[in-house]
Amino acid sequence: MTKIKVENVTKIFGKKSERVTELLNQNKSKQEILQETGVTVGVNNVSFTIEEGEVFVIMGLSGSGKSTLVRMLNRLIDTTQGNIYLDGENLSKMNKKDLREVRRKKMSMVFQNFALFPQRTILENTEYGLEIQGIDKKERTKKATQALENAGLGDYIHQHPNQLSGGMQQRVGLARALANNPEILLMDEAFSALDPLIRKEMQDELVELQATVKKTIIFITHDLNEALRIGDRIALMKDGAIVQIGTPEEILMKPADDYVERFVEDVDRSKVLTAENIMKRPETVNINKHGPRVALEQMKREGISSIIVVDDNRNLKGYVTAEDASEARKNSITSLETILKLDIPTVDRTTTMNDIFSVIHDTVTPVAVVDNKKLIGIIVRGAVIAALAGESEEELINE
Amino acid sequence: MNNILNLVPKLPVAEQIEKLTAWITQTFSFLFNPIQTYSELFMDGITTFLLFIPPIIFILLIALLAFFVSGKKFGLTTFSVVGLWFIYNQGHWENLMNTITLVLVASLLSVIIGVPFGILMAKSTIANNILKPVLDFMQTMPAFVYLIPAVAFFGIGVVPGVFASLIFAIPPTVRFTNLGIRQVSTELVEAAEAFGSTGFQRLFKVELPLATSTIMAGINQTVMLALSMVVIASMIGAPGLGREVLSSLQRAQIGTGFVSGIGLVVLAIIIDRITQKLTNKTKK
Ligand SMILES: Nc1ncnc2c1ncn2[C@@H]1O[C@H](COP(=O)(O)OP(=O)(O)O)[C@@H](O)[C@H]1O
Ligand SMILES: [Mg+2]
Repeated sequence: MTKIKVENVTKIFGKKSERVTELLNQNKSKQEILQETGVTVGVNNVSFTIEEGEVFVIMGLSGSGKSTLVRMLNRLIDTTQGNIYLDGENLSKMNKKDLREVRRKKMSMVFQNFALFPQRTILENTEYGLEIQGIDKKERTKKATQALENAGLGDYIHQHPNQLSGGMQQRVGLARALANNPEILLMDEAFSALDPLIRKEMQDELVELQATVKKTIIFITHDLNEALRIGDRIALMKDGAIVQIGTPEEILMKPADDYVERFVEDVDRSKVLTAENIMKRPETVNINKHGPRVALEQMKREGISSIIVVDDNRNLKGYVTAEDASEARKNSITSLETILKLDIPTVDRTTTMNDIFSVIHDTVTPVAVVDNKKLIGIIVRGAVIAALAGESEEELINE
Repeated sequence: MNNILNLVPKLPVAEQIEKLTAWITQTFSFLFNPIQTYSELFMDGITTFLLFIPPIIFILLIALLAFFVSGKKFGLTTFSVVGLWFIYNQGHWENLMNTITLVLVASLLSVIIGVPFGILMAKSTIANNILKPVLDFMQTMPAFVYLIPAVAFFGIGVVPGVFASLIFAIPPTVRFTNLGIRQVSTELVEAAEAFGSTGFQRLFKVELPLATSTIMAGINQTVMLALSMVVIASMIGAPGLGREVLSSLQRAQIGTGFVSGIGLVVLAIIIDRITQKLTNKTKK
């Protein structure tokens, strides 16, 4: 179900004039418009939808308009043009009171520098959202304490923010956002101020958390690795416009243009790409239908020295080599059973390249990719190297 | 050449201001008169109350306050005890209480009026643009000038003294309140907004608490300015240490002049240090 719909939204900082609108309509770039009129285009005509329960990542370099865009979703910044719909309701048309209700009940925000109130304790910080709704002290303390305990901060509730490490402060930031039980979480570079190790930990925790709470999360980052780790879909921004929206794999494997390609160039693919992304269609023979003769013929046709054997349900059985098959044919053996070799390495379809690498390193046969025992593909060593080097999917397939 | 300068005859600015003041005095006399009467009664009451406290108790209370706000150090405490005793010893206790009343009331009024104006300036660019030059004007105008309308509105005595002090002392409180609110980090303001705060909630739960230490610094300055006005205010009849200084000056009595002057210095140091320590406390 569509949760948020963003429709042709533009934000201009500075005086909006007909001239600016005209230049925008002419698809002039942000720089050109700045030079000609002196106004900054924060966000330039973006449209997309966010589904319920999705982790939607908005990624781009500093100044590309990410913060502006996410702030238009809760109207900390008003749009200059275009509409944003939340559950089908036009956010831009809402009056102040309704908007406040939306902010109180439906959306919470997590900030880059945590934005904890320094004069308040951790508990009081976490209570803030409930407090301003007028929820009574006992109730809100209960909810806030629960949220903090879930975040593993039960021991710190009476401390002040400056007594906590950055990672812990952001856990409080997240707990404060969750204490309201919102449907939507807006996270603006929430982990960018953290040390790399803590950051990775928080990313993992967020993914874990999302598996249980199933919020709709809009996550802003300038870090592609982070985007790839946690995003269900990623929107890549440049100069206020969105240049590509897609799943992590699509962004990596089918960059929409040179800009995206350069962006994804130095990403650590080994942590992102999975077996599924680099496997090839396997040549197989069926153990119940085929004998050594068919296997040998097929190997000859494909120019390979071994072939994978499956059963009627495409469950992986093992493999046979050309040598064994030819020997068996000479001895008039008709079943593959006797020459079947079982030492074929297998990986699950979701295994990351990092792990495939260590498997494929020790084997001469291809690696079988399985999904619940069912064979869905094979990986040859060359494909791993190629994918690490950053060749696109088409090139891999054409090999 | 001089002809150009003389092209316009002398502008009747002074006359106009006089007219305006006279008009205000007459039109609002129904307000000014009762304000004068009741304020005088009220302030006399405060002084009477302060004098009702036995000096030894008063000195001890101040010493205790100094002791605790200075983080249980003896420096300020000792100074307060010795300094206040000296004033008592010189027979200036009643004058001291009169001065404290004047400073206290002028400062309190400055805060009560100044903080809301500071908030207004922080919230409205228009108010900010209008009030900034007004504050500059108020602070650079020689304080003596305020005595004239003060007398016109409120006659002679402590009330016009408070009025003149108020005008002279209020700007720092207004400025620092404005500054304190404006310097609250954008992210914190955004956080307050993002959780759905109303304007009041944002102000009272986030902005003012975070601006407190800055506002306190402004109040400290306001109090010191009010104190610096006591000699000037005595020229229009405000009683207290200031009046002693002034009369010594008129009679060329160096000795008594110094003694009352020292009394003012003692008071200034005690008030300054205590409010400063309080300011630092709010920073945490
Ligand atoms: N309040 C503002 N006034 C003027 N320009 C702004 C304002 N906020 C952001 N901008 C400009 O809009 C563009 C996008 O900014 P921002 O959304 O903060 O980018 P990001 O979060 O991707 O770093 C930048 O060019 C920035 O300078
Ligand atoms: Mg940003």
